[in-house]
Amino acid sequence: MEDQSSEQTYGLITPSFHLLLKEFPLNQPESREIIDEILHSFRDVPGGLMVILNEIQSKIGYISQPIQEYISLILNIPVSTITGVVSFYSFFTTKPRGDHTIKFCMGTACYVGGTPQLMRKAEQILDIQTGDTTPDNHITMEVCRCVGSCSQAPVVVVDEQLYGRVRPSKVPPLIRDIMKTYEDS
Amino acid sequence: MTKITSLNQLINLQEQIIEKKRDDITSHPGKSWGSEKFAPQALKEDQELDAPRGKEIRVVLRNCTLIDPENLDDYISEDGYQALAMVLEQYTPEQVIETIALSGLRGRGGAGFPTAKKWELTRNNPGTQKFIICNADEGDPGAFMNRRVLEGDPHSVLEGMAVAAYAIGAQQGYVYCRAEYPIAVRTLIKAIQQAQDYGILGNNIFGSDFSFNIELRMGAGAFVCGEETALIASVEGKRGEPRPRPPFPAVSGLWGKPTSINNVETFANIPQIILTGPEWFASMGTEKSKGTKTFALAGDVNHTGLIEVPLGISLREIVYDVGEGIKKNKGLKAIQTGGPMGGCIPASMIDLRVDYESLTAAGSMMGSGGMIVMDEDTCMVDIARFFMEFNQEESCGKCTPCRVGTYSMLQILNRICQGEGVEGDIEELERLSKVTKVHSLCGLGQGAPNPVISTIKHFRDEYEAHIFEKRCPAKVCRALIRYEIIKDNCTGCTFCAKNCPVGAITGERRKPHEIDQEICIQCGICFQTCNFNAIEILPGKVQLVGEHS
Ligand SMILES: Cc1cc2nc3c(=O)[nH]c(=O)nc-3n(C[C@H](O)[C@H](O)[C@H](O)COP(=O)(O)O)c2cc1C
Ligand code: SF4
Ligand code: SF4
Ligand code: SF4
Ligand code: FES
Repeated sequence: MEDQSSEQTYGLITPSFHLLLKEFPLNQPESREIIDEILHSFRDVPGGLMVILNEIQSKIGYISQPIQEYISLILNIPVSTITGVVSFYSFFTTKPRGDHTIKFCMGTACYVGGTPQLMRKAEQILDIQTGDTTPDNHITMEVCRCVGSCSQAPVVVVDEQLYGRVRPSKVPPLIRDIMKTYEDS
Repeated sequence: MTKITSLNQLINLQEQIIEKKRDDITSHPGKSWGSEKFAPQALKEDQELDAPRGKEIRVVLRNCTLIDPENLDDYISEDGYQALAMVLEQYTPEQVIETIALSGLRGRGGAGFPTAKKWELTRNNPGTQKFIICNADEGDPGAFMNRRVLEGDPHSVLEGMAVAAYAIGAQQGYVYCRAEYPIAVRTLIKAIQQAQDYGILGNNIFGSDFSFNIELRMGAGAFVCGEETALIASVEGKRGEPRPRPPFPAVSGLWGKPTSINNVETFANIPQIILTGPEWFASMGTEKSKGTKTFALAGDVNHTGLIEVPLGISLREIVYDVGEGIKKNKGLKAIQTGGPMGGCIPASMIDLRVDYESLTAAGSMMGSGGMIVMDEDTCMVDIARFFMEFNQEESCGKCTPCRVGTYSMLQILNRICQGEGVEGDIEELERLSKVTKVHSLCGLGQGAPNPVISTIKHFRDEYEAHIFEKRCPAKVCRALIRYEIIKDNCTGCTFCAKNCPVGAITGERRKPHEIDQEICIQCGICFQTCNFNAIEILPGKVQLVGEHS
């Protein structure tokens, strides 16, 4: 509940299209087009709500309250139903993630292999807690469960790149590599 | 693209493909038939799937790393879709079910329900619309068998689904794949498309009057969606909450229609059973558990990764023959099977046979195939705590016994690991386990206490050491250990001091360093970074100045 306070909530009154379209990312023509396209393609698929949410999450990056309201208006489903589904699944987020994500595998093999130490090291360097994003929006720290590379435990996934047998001393250079991309530009 | 309309045509096509490959090989002298074939380089370098060890038999994994999963021709050259074509031309649906029944195949998704029985129930329920669903949610943290099959041999799963659909009378199938497997999702989408292009999925498959299509649906990171009724809710676009059974999905499943849900590995077995014969399949395994099973072997064995062994093999053979023994020649402590709802089997039971009944009798379960081998440095209380944390986080909260039970048990386990356990904690854990097990709605709550029950049963002394002596015998629980530098070994390289997150280590270069116990948070980073074995872990709580114990 708390993390929604930063966003405008409409209570019981459904906003008009007009009001909604002023909201980011619906006020961006490019992202609106993507959302409309997704809604159009899957609105008649049986059980399509999950498909739509998965698509929006992957293409827009998050499913904010205004986006949920918008889906509700177009599909004619109560917004509470949509919020119920969004909040149920951990993959759906209502806030944007950082540019880069570092995922720490907390599957059994990695946990036993020392992931907690790696997380502590990264939390200390980035000065954030796991699950949060740095204030400059560059890096999000997340936990994931088994990524299927248990024999390389402990495993860290930076964006799509997998690093195996990570020692705590490898964490600072990993983070430094991500930060370098910002210095260059 | 021309559609294939009969078994004969399929076999002709297979011959053409093999002919073409032979030509390829003669014109590319570097390539050799059989050993290398044409799988993409990335898959061949699969770190998790090595050449089979002595006691392995590969049925489900037979094609993985050997064929190119993105090329249907490769699958066809390995007899692909011949089982489906044969079934459509020569079998009645009843005969298919009979064949699977003869093979003795049981569900590979955990519970081990006889597959033929499930299909028969679904078939016999009235209704013209029926569904087949492939459960590819594989949420067990430490298991990735299904993923490798989906990524390495997707068509074997699709073919198994099509045979099942013919047997139960379904026209539509769904694969429910977890979102954490993007490569599996991509591979499946491509495979479905290619099968449609060849007319292997779609209307009038192989010229028969059987029509069947498959759609892919993605999960969104909820473990409980592996449970069949929750999975159905999720495919319907709803919150993935389980509902009471009965009615079972075979009676009322997806959109209220009879539905059979089977695991990826269950489906991948089907084509081989049809082609090679149920007798062959039933010749492997024990009386009640037939065939092979894949496991993701992880933890403290020398050879980790994906394995496939005949059921009935002993844990000893898995650990010491297939797994090539415990790392660094340490002692074996326990083997965890069945994932977060499974249990820990102590080293003393190493000769236990791996089959559905034996594992359940030992307080664990087959599960989907995670197998974690733990050496003497593993703290069993910490392991129980880890799994309880997982179950508590993944509990959907729909029913109170599971929601409150997992939470309360986790609180107690956390306290014990922090050295704040009190007398009566073990008994309270046992009581909560019982209540949660009996009164929870779905398998998650019913199985959540298993790690606790099995560790208390076999490792009660470790719980007692934590609670009464404030000591973690395996030296794992942070609050119950301290780190110290062995002066004689320390070269003063300063490496540990540089890496300590709280600056607890001081010392001059080239002189022995020291840890300030008041600052140290027992994170263990120095222990892992020191290259000179100069840091030791000692059991027992750090006694801070002024603290009374
Ligand atoms: C919490 C929970 C999670 C489950 N996760 C999976 C899973 O990831 N994959 C799977 O095949 N079965 C899973 N199951 C078992 C399924 O409910 C179901 O029994 C299985 O898919 C049936 O297929 P089978 O007959 O081929 O084994 C899970 C069950 C529970 C209670
Ligand atoms: S047992 Fe747990 S996971 Fe299953 S329905 Fe109840 S609360 Fe949800
Ligand atoms: S890393 Fe090891 S050898 Fe180097 S200063 Fe620390 S304790 Fe001494
Ligand atoms: S255990 Fe962690 S906090 Fe303690 S001295 Fe070592 S690195 Fe520092
Ligand atoms: S537990 Fe981390 S990759 Fe499997």
